[in-house]
Amino acid sequence: MELRVNGELRRIDVDPSTPLLWVLRDQLQLTGAKYGCGLEQCGACAVLCDGRAVLSCATPAESFVGKEITTIEGLASDGELDALQRAFVTEQAAQCGYCVPGIVIAAKALLDATPAPSESQIRSALAKHLCRCGTHARMLRAVRRAAAELARP
Amino acid sequence: MTPPSLQRNPDLDTWLRIGADGTVTVYTGKVELGQGIKTALARIAAEELDVSLARVRVRTADTADGPNELYTVGSNSLEESGTALRLAAAEARQHLLELAAAKLGVPAPALEVEDGTVRARGLEAETSWFELFGGRRFERKVTGGARLKDPAAYRILGRPGPRLGMEALVTGQAVFVQDLRFPGMLHARVVRPPRTSARLASLDDTEVRRMPGVVAVVRDGSFLAVAAESAAQAIAAAEMLRRAAGWQGASELPAQAELFARMRAATAKSFPVVDGTAVDEPVPPHSTPAGVARTLRASYSRPFQMHGSIGPSAAVAHEVGGALTVWTHTQGVAILRLAIAQALRIPNERVRLVHVEGPGCYGHNGADDVAFDAALLARALPGRPVHVQWSREDEHAWEPYGSAMLVDLEASLDAKGQVVDWSHQTRSYTHMNRGIPYSERTSGLVAAWHRDPPMAPPTPRPALAPHAGIHRNADPLYTFPRRHVVKHFLDDPPFRTSALRALGAFANVFALESFMDELAHAAGADPLEFRLRHLDDSRARDVLRAAAERLGWKSVTRADRTGRGRGLAFARYKNQKTWCAVALELSVDDATAALRLERAAIAADAGQIVDPDGLANQLEGGFVQAASWTLKEEVRFDRERVTSVDWETYPILRFDEIPEIATVLVDRPGQPWLGAGEASQGPTAAAIANAVFDATGLRLRDLPFTPERVRAAALG
Repeated sequence: MELRVNGELRRIDVDPSTPLLWVLRDQLQLTGAKYGCGLEQCGACAVLCDGRAVLSCATPAESFVGKEITTIEGLASDGELDALQRAFVTEQAAQCGYCVPGIVIAAKALLDATPAPSESQIRSALAKHLCRCGTHARMLRAVRRAAAELARP
Repeated sequence: MTPPSLQRNPDLDTWLRIGADGTVTVYTGKVELGQGIKTALARIAAEELDVSLARVRVRTADTADGPNELYTVGSNSLEESGTALRLAAAEARQHLLELAAAKLGVPAPALEVEDGTVRARGLEAETSWFELFGGRRFERKVTGGARLKDPAAYRILGRPGPRLGMEALVTGQAVFVQDLRFPGMLHARVVRPPRTSARLASLDDTEVRRMPGVVAVVRDGSFLAVAAESAAQAIAAAEMLRRAAGWQGASELPAQAELFARMRAATAKSFPVVDGTAVDEPVPPHSTPAGVARTLRASYSRPFQMHGSIGPSAAVAHEVGGALTVWTHTQGVAILRLAIAQALRIPNERVRLVHVEGPGCYGHNGADDVAFDAALLARALPGRPVHVQWSREDEHAWEPYGSAMLVDLEASLDAKGQVVDWSHQTRSYTHMNRGIPYSERTSGLVAAWHRDPPMAPPTPRPALAPHAGIHRNADPLYTFPRRHVVKHFLDDPPFRTSALRALGAFANVFALESFMDELAHAAGADPLEFRLRHLDDSRARDVLRAAAERLGWKSVTRADRTGRGRGLAFARYKNQKTWCAVALELSVDDATAALRLERAAIAADAGQIVDPDGLANQLEGGFVQAASWTLKEEVRFDRERVTSVDWETYPILRFDEIPEIATVLVDRPGQPWLGAGEASQGPTAAAIANAVFDATGLRLRDLPFTPERVRAAALG
């Protein structure tokens, strides 16, 4: 099976029904997307698929063939952090940080599609992502900050 | 007085080392749980040593290296490790300054230090900590007598600055134990019994063993697990193994609706609580004093609640030549090492525990249990590292819960509306139930109960120490002239219960700060003013006023009720740590009775601020987690098992339910720094209850405040 991940075509020898999450974590050593529930209930495993945020913990890898997958490891380009990553650093929008990759991915999909989102658009884009440390308010600030930065000419 | 962490670890080299490469490495026996302790400790060391924060590396607990500081619990890490490290760094600085003075031929007081470089005015020659001492060892004790930097000269502490490790988190680098990958590593999953007390009666694992990637099915009594080459293979094989196993023995859980009646009817071990300490003496009778104007009584409850980490517990273990290494997100490497060695019946010296960061912890969760799961599998598969991660269902069903609690309050007012008598009775199962081996035949580790021969869970014992568990914050900080505080310890919990963030303080503060509101209304007083007139602690008064002011405190009168209300509450955690007040505004949806948090203000005094952003983050996180406990959370169960097994059956607060949060930090330069990770929880619950009353006139006394509860209260 061949998957395009973070701009590279990767050949993978794996049972094609394996959930994408485990192909990323174990075959490709990309452990940024996390196992949180395996039930598509928490958002920790989110990745971008053709620019949309999707959950990777329950969908077979084979259904991603021919698509462009971007994981949190692929957001920075040439060592330069994405505006969202920078905003999360600036706002110190994490405690343990386990949920952060999934939330940054969801926010990235939002800002790519909706560069100037309203508060309710931000909140609904993140609504299926759980954070147990309670850093939501900072993460919301970080998304607003990144949106504002991107809006600047 | 020498802090306990230094008494236990007096050698300076245990705490910090100067590198020849221009770095300073500090060692702590505490662990990073997302609370930001690494950043805080790096700041303290950088400040006291006069180096930039960028030079400091922090190494957390490892039984083979660095100080032993027992557990990372109780909001103690800053006071324990931070204070020890400050003294160690001051000692190191003094020694280094003497070396610099000798080298430069100038008396030490004439030297200036900037980012580790040492100079004297008018002298061209200079040196640095790294040139003088890089790679060397101090070989001396921390006396605690070195001169400490004057807080007025602080350049780092109290000022905003970066949090360590943020870039690694946002770029998805492997920072968690869940992400550890070693060459040749196996992945394993444990198949737990479907009911707590069920035993494995039959097993046909022929098909499981034939599955792709499966390396071994490991069975020891009723402990059952499968190891495979990849995590996905292990998960699939564990599913098959679950179906291949036959279990016997039913659990008999109480009916959920009868839980609190069962707790009330249970025979308790009861202790009077005096000045926050439980005393092993008969409980004196309480009588309402004569001549009071009014006496109020109310009971409050909190159900079993979960830590609910987003990342299920994980560990890696590796046995080579009889020596076992376990990588774990435990809160206490030294004690878990003892517990594992004891359960395996091997010498302590053959076990090494290395702390690796895990997902948010919030207390005694599954971290220790999964470390023992991994240890058992590594012993069964020597030579290959074994990675174990729990499933979501196992995490929900097997983690130790925060205990259900019942709190009964009674207070009397005089004619002027002052509290003249106070009684607080708090009833709970244990909050302290870790894997400390009490005897040869007991273990706190789940897998030890299932092996053959099985070990028994330890029998919880009542903890009497000041603000230990059940009676944490049961003794109010208010100036009540008469008080009667009683702790009722219940044994035989229906589930394993243990430390969940704030322990008993959450329910005790929820109850007593709700009751203060009830008393204020009974006395016809504003809830803020009523609290202030019962407080002579100026730092308590300051945070209450600060939170009220930030929110724009205004109590509505009964006539204006519009479904929108404000509430406030206060506590000083354990009466000895951070002072915290929460004021908030919420609305009640007319149609659904759902509560919506609109705005919140948190004010806190944690002494000398080490890291303002980290402090605010802890207070806000504590607020949000407690709001989730208060509005949503309750472990559900039927007569056989827990039925809260995922995020649909155990919902928590989400992004679209988060209010605007403002945090006011009261800095006290030169005062001891205090832990703040458990300061805001209790006040949050009570502030919500008080705001609901303000909005609707309904007094909610049973957590959580679901729409069903609000509707039921409205119907009377």
